[in-house]
Amino acid sequence: MLFKISCKNIRKSMRDYAIYFFTLVIGVSIFYVFNAIGTQMGFMKLADDTRQISELLVTLISMLSIFVAIVLGLLIVYASRFLMKRRNHEFAIYMTLGMSKGRISMILVLETMLIGIGSLVCGLLLGIGLSQLMSALVANLFEADMTDYAFTVSCDAIVKTLLCFVIIYLVAMIFNSLIITRMRLIQLIQSGQKSERVHLHNPVLCVLIFVIASAVLGRCYYQVGWDYANLTTRKLLICIICGAICTFLVFWSISGLLLRLVMMRKKTYYRGLNAFTFRQISSKVNTMVLSMSVICLMLFITICTLAAGFSVRNSLNHDLKTQCPVDMEVAAVNGSKPVDLTKDWVMRGHECGFPIDDYMSDYVQYCLYYFKDYKASDFLGPEAGDRWDTMIETFIGVSDYNRLAQLYGKDSIELSADEFVLLCDFKNMTDMRNDRLANNREITVGGTTLKSKYDHCVDGFVQISAQHINMGVFVVPDETLQNATVNLMVLSGNYRANTDAQKKSVDKKALKAFEHDYLINTKIDIANASIGLGAIITFIGLYIGIVFLIASGAILALKELSESVDSIHRYEMLRKIGVDERDLTRSLFRQTGIFFLLPFAVAAIHSVFGMKFAVNTLEIFGTGGLPESIAASAMILALIYGGYFVVTYLCAKAIVRDNSRL
Amino acid sequence: MELLKVDQIEKYYGNKSSLTKAIDRLSFSVKEGEFVAIMGASGSGKTTLLNCISTIDSVTAGHIYLENEDITKLKGKGLNRFRREKLGFIFQDFNLLDTLTAYENIALALSIQKVPAAKIDAEIKTVAAQLGIEDVLSKYPYQMSGGQKQRVASARAIITKPKLILADEPTGALDSKSSKMLLERLGYLNRECKATIMMVTHDSFSASYAGRIIFIKDGQLFHEINRGTDSRKEFFDKIIDVVTLLGGDANDAL
Repeated sequence: MLFKISCKNIRKSMRDYAIYFFTLVIGVSIFYVFNAIGTQMGFMKLADDTRQISELLVTLISMLSIFVAIVLGLLIVYASRFLMKRRNHEFAIYMTLGMSKGRISMILVLETMLIGIGSLVCGLLLGIGLSQLMSALVANLFEADMTDYAFTVSCDAIVKTLLCFVIIYLVAMIFNSLIITRMRLIQLIQSGQKSERVHLHNPVLCVLIFVIASAVLGRCYYQVGWDYANLTTRKLLICIICGAICTFLVFWSISGLLLRLVMMRKKTYYRGLNAFTFRQISSKVNTMVLSMSVICLMLFITICTLAAGFSVRNSLNHDLKTQCPVDMEVAAVNGSKPVDLTKDWVMRGHECGFPIDDYMSDYVQYCLYYFKDYKASDFLGPEAGDRWDTMIETFIGVSDYNRLAQLYGKDSIELSADEFVLLCDFKNMTDMRNDRLANNREITVGGTTLKSKYDHCVDGFVQISAQHINMGVFVVPDETLQNATVNLMVLSGNYRANTDAQKKSVDKKALKAFEHDYLINTKIDIANASIGLGAIITFIGLYIGIVFLIASGAILALKELSESVDSIHRYEMLRKIGVDERDLTRSLFRQTGIFFLLPFAVAAIHSVFGMKFAVNTLEIFGTGGLPESIAASAMILALIYGGYFVVTYLCAKAIVRDNSRL
Repeated sequence: MELLKVDQIEKYYGNKSSLTKAIDRLSFSVKEGEFVAIMGASGSGKTTLLNCISTIDSVTAGHIYLENEDITKLKGKGLNRFRREKLGFIFQDFNLLDTLTAYENIALALSIQKVPAAKIDAEIKTVAAQLGIEDVLSKYPYQMSGGQKQRVASARAIITKPKLILADEPTGALDSKSSKMLLERLGYLNRECKATIMMVTHDSFSASYAGRIIFIKDGQLFHEINRGTDSRKEFFDKIIDVVTLLGGDANDAL
């Protein structure tokens, strides 16, 4: 009997809340897909270094999954509590008929179980399907060999998913039962009769709070976006907390102001169904202030993680081509003892068992110098702050540089005896150095005064790297460096190899020979690290982004649909007094649209400044192709969040129309 | 002048095996400026009749003409326009939008007819004065008494100057004092504003405010009485006689 009631209840609400069930299914399948990545990579042929990074990825995803499970758990508990509140009347009937609370709990437990099993089965099936697509993406990101790939099912991931969701559903059941035991019949019966009360906050207070919240937000924006140099972790944390609180306050005041603003424009307010439409929206927003703030913040995080993640990955792959023009670079470092200038790299190669001329087709040897009495603070001036006191400035002779430039395939530099050129490609540093050069183009080092050839830095680098991280290298006339100290003695060149396999074997030998005594960087090493890093960032961005998006979409959809069910009689009444169906649908579209747009709009404004901060922070990784990354994130957002909007609107339309007799 | 003409309408429910004739070949007409009450016991078909006239329900056979236009032929948008422009509704359960204030509820009837916002205010003030609801205009339905709600609903019904006002048991949810006040207002609208009102009721007291009463039994016309020059009391006694004849229950006679 109880089972029958549960089944019927589910079928009844399925029509209205199918979107919630689909959210669960998607949640389960996403959870599976990301946790199955590890197993899938086991079937792929991956380079050894890539394998290490893939293990890191799997560990990170497992950790993130705990967080994701908490988010989904909160969503499920919230949603089931929300749906329960709407059934007070039904519970009241059960109780007046003499059903015990235990049996009512039993009905709910059965319902949760049915939905849980249904969503788990559907979700896992969908997940197994989707994960095949995912492996293509994984292979692409890790540049793995896909020839031996077969259909895979990850038992690990299935067990993990089952475990997580069973726990979540159990928690939801306990919550539901707790609510049932606390219910009192009189409240249940009266809950249906409670008339809708429209709270309008005090308008003066609303304006005041709106202005204050906006001002504080503006201040936070300024701090993270522009006052970047003075930003400490503490300040950042304060900004984040202030931002979250102000977002809530903004929504609180908007909920009170929105309606008043429209009401002030009498022409708009009293046109067609506008009065009805805005009242509906305002009552929805009023009861959802906290949820809307949370949704707004989730959207904000999603936009930023997705856009920043894609952008970092893009520039990682792009930078690799430009920043790493040679196969290998090895340097002797001025450490506890000074660099032995009597030995060149041919001799050192012999010592280490890596005969340079046998293994390398073309190479250049050069030295990087520094002056003990010329620190970054001497260049930038005292106003830049004392943190530059410890950073040495690096110098290279112009003839060394030009030989290197030839090897790198870059333009050489012409200098007269009193000139220098400053190479720099780390954005923040370039800005500071440009400011200095614009005011003062002269430097005095080793007793000579040199003048910069240009009034700005030249984009360039000397040592290979994965990203734009050259903080500054002075290219000076050779004779200036007579009194300077050698900091690094570097060999840079290409392997004598025709195929990738040969290259790899030479690379291994080089690493083995030099790793111990010298600083060695090889293109293959850098490439693997940066591919892996890019992949990890992409996956994490996608994982968090998708989960946040479905959670926000589901909460909004649930609220909108339940409101639609509550409003059926209003639409019927409007029909009776002769409102056109077209006007009703348009009103519903506006309600749904503004409801979905509001948190998104605030999140978008946050994101503009959030991205500015992200661009600054992620400068070392490079943030090339930002427009493309934003476009890609916007597409994902439009697809998922927009999808929720469209489905919600269509469902709401069906709910409202379903009950009309005409 | 004949405003409404109901011509041999029939409304059947159910299928062939169990057919219910809610309305069975019913004909009558209403003149412009009349206050007509339709009476009958529950199940006599009076609400069905009202639903057919208001185009909320469709007839099985027959025709209904409003200003010589056959409204049983209307479809979709035409129906909505007809309801919007020609009819005013007063429902038993008020049917006010609980999210809007009284003022906005009344304004809605005008705004969906695309009346410019500037004109709305003056019209609402006029109607509110006629119905004595000036002081509740800024209140929400949940802050009003039943009588006030029904007068607001009446204001909404008449503000568009409809050809015909349809009232479905308007006093059904009101106490006797509020009922009396509402009915007096409806009578006033009928006399002073020349509004044509058709009211469905099973309450003899309410019906006594009308100028003519049509009695329906089992979907057919049973009797018809005119108030003529009678006082309301005399008319009420006549109604009681017919109701007794009709076999209405004792409560109706109170």
